[in-house]
Amino acid sequence: MSALELRDVVVDYERRDGGRVRAVAGASLSIEPGQIVGLVGESGCGKSTLARAAVGLVKPTSGSVVFSGREVAPLGRRGRQRDLARLQLVFQNPYSSLNPRRKIGSQLADALATLGLVPASERAGRVRELCELVGLPAAAVNRFPHEFSGGQRQRIAVARTLAAEPSVIVLDEPLASLDASAQAQLANLLVNLSRELGLGLLLISHDLAIVRHVADVVSVMYLGKMVETGATRQLWDQPLHPYSEALIKAIPHPDGNGFLPESLPGEVPDPGLPPSGCRFHPRCPYAFARCEAEEPPLVALAGERTAACWLQPEGGPAASPAERAKLVAGGGVE
Amino acid sequence: MSLLEVDGLRVRLRGGSGLRTIVDGVDYRVEQGEVFGVAGESGSGKTISMLALLGLLPEGAVVEGSVRFEDRDLLGLSRSRLRAISGRDLAMVFQDPLTSLHPMLTIGRQLTEHVRRHLGLDRRSAERRALELLAEVRIPDGPAALRAYPHQFSGGMRQRIAIAIALACRPKLLIADEPTTALDVTVQAGILRLLDRLRRENDLAVVLITHDLGVMSAIADRVSIFYAGRVVESGAREAILKRPRHPYTQALLDALPHPEAPRDQKLVAIPGAPPSPGNIPAGCAFNPRCSYTRASCLVDVPPLARVEGRELACPVDPFAER
Repeated sequence: MSALELRDVVVDYERRDGGRVRAVAGASLSIEPGQIVGLVGESGCGKSTLARAAVGLVKPTSGSVVFSGREVAPLGRRGRQRDLARLQLVFQNPYSSLNPRRKIGSQLADALATLGLVPASERAGRVRELCELVGLPAAAVNRFPHEFSGGQRQRIAVARTLAAEPSVIVLDEPLASLDASAQAQLANLLVNLSRELGLGLLLISHDLAIVRHVADVVSVMYLGKMVETGATRQLWDQPLHPYSEALIKAIPHPDGNGFLPESLPGEVPDPGLPPSGCRFHPRCPYAFARCEAEEPPLVALAGERTAACWLQPEGGPAASPAERAKLVAGGGVE
Repeated sequence: MSLLEVDGLRVRLRGGSGLRTIVDGVDYRVEQGEVFGVAGESGSGKTISMLALLGLLPEGAVVEGSVRFEDRDLLGLSRSRLRAISGRDLAMVFQDPLTSLHPMLTIGRQLTEHVRRHLGLDRRSAERRALELLAEVRIPDGPAALRAYPHQFSGGMRQRIAIAIALACRPKLLIADEPTTALDVTVQAGILRLLDRLRRENDLAVVLITHDLGVMSAIADRVSIFYAGRVVESGAREAILKRPRHPYTQALLDALPHPEAPRDQKLVAIPGAPPSPGNIPAGCAFNPRCSYTRASCLVDVPPLARVEGRELACPVDPFAER
């Protein structure tokens, strides 16, 4: 059983003018214990909304979110269900998610007290353990958030989620705004936690290089839908969806070669007015007539991969969009 | 002679108890049509050293050294003379265009105001120039864009507009401070290509401040690595990124994920954190985090010395064979 499973999740938001925007338009994703799943895509693709739906902070319009075999109830007036404490969320900016006026030790102790997981007499010891777990000195408990660097603050935020003894942590852009060294430290920490504590992690990031390094599986999202999912290495070595390919080609490499990354023309369209057919077709270099008319379903391909592209027929072999496009042009594909 | 020559730049800002040294003796040259990359962790003095050129430092800042731009000493100019030069010959774009663009004014107003003020154009020619600029940075439908407000554009488009405003008076030098940090990689690639084209076609010199060595590698011709307010290594892009000699440059590169790294290989974080101003270690500022520290590193501040086609501030030079 998956630790967390999202199935055909749809999230609509109401606009101020009464119109509706479909931020997530039917997305599925599952996380196994001890697995790191990366979720990538440009801003405005619905990644953060999906993260919120995954932990019950927004109510899906349809579809289901199942955490350890139970439906995740959206946050209501009574607060979060007790057993959802094992499903945690880390936000992008630890400076706004930590209380600036309270010492780290008391913020961590609060988490323990609220959940009643540890008797009062053992709390101080557990707080020190939590600090150690994320690589902070024991003296950290007596300091305030502003006394730490951005990277340390993000590790404190992770320590606080660990207080709840979670089985799944959803991390929404945890690495953004950190320097390379602090990113490296946090990325190593996430891999360790996942391997040692058997945690399932959903890592949402627009930093593709880091995702490639730490994630076991990657899902690529475009305008509210998954366009491709696959084992990280395979997906990187041979992206099957033209959008995944464009994202990977846009990453600059620090190799000193002076290679200009490829830009992807156009922008993520307004999710309130998604393009007809395949949502990516107006920006896709391989688009043909069918792409504008019909929306491609997400289909299973060889090698436990999935993609939603008319160039990739169900059960087909892994072949790059360019190779498949040649076949289509030559009449080799229906 | 270089377009920009900075020698012994030292900046002290008021903070806590008295003045704190943020930039401590920095030298560099920027040539016409060249992209000069400035890299380093946050707090290394990258941005402050550039704001000093434009006279944009907070009240009470003390700036020493010499900054020659086209044979004028920028530090000796009065505020109003500097204002006249910055914005015309020297322009700057910032990380977040949403804060540098005025939210309540149309793009047209912000673009034309600038050219009318600095170039003395009338309304009609200013508008023509504004349309030219929008076309130059590839904003579709210029006339409609002139009537629109910043919030109606995406982050990437706003950054293009900020660059259009900076280019309005055909500057010779553009200082771009983390111009792509807030953008998606796909959009970032577009901005990098735009800067590269401007440098080639207009002979524009660009100072690119970034913490992202990938971005640096894409378009910089020469790079300087900043640490704790000083330059630790400087030279041609290829030499510095392919064969770094300073332990800090090497450590910065080691912290990045490598495409061919085997599965589950750990990233190498630099131990400790960069020092805060006012708390700079004696000797080489990097010594507490360095794996090659010797006794002399704790005492002497290493000078930036010329070694085999680059400048290096590390007498230990552990990677000398490179």
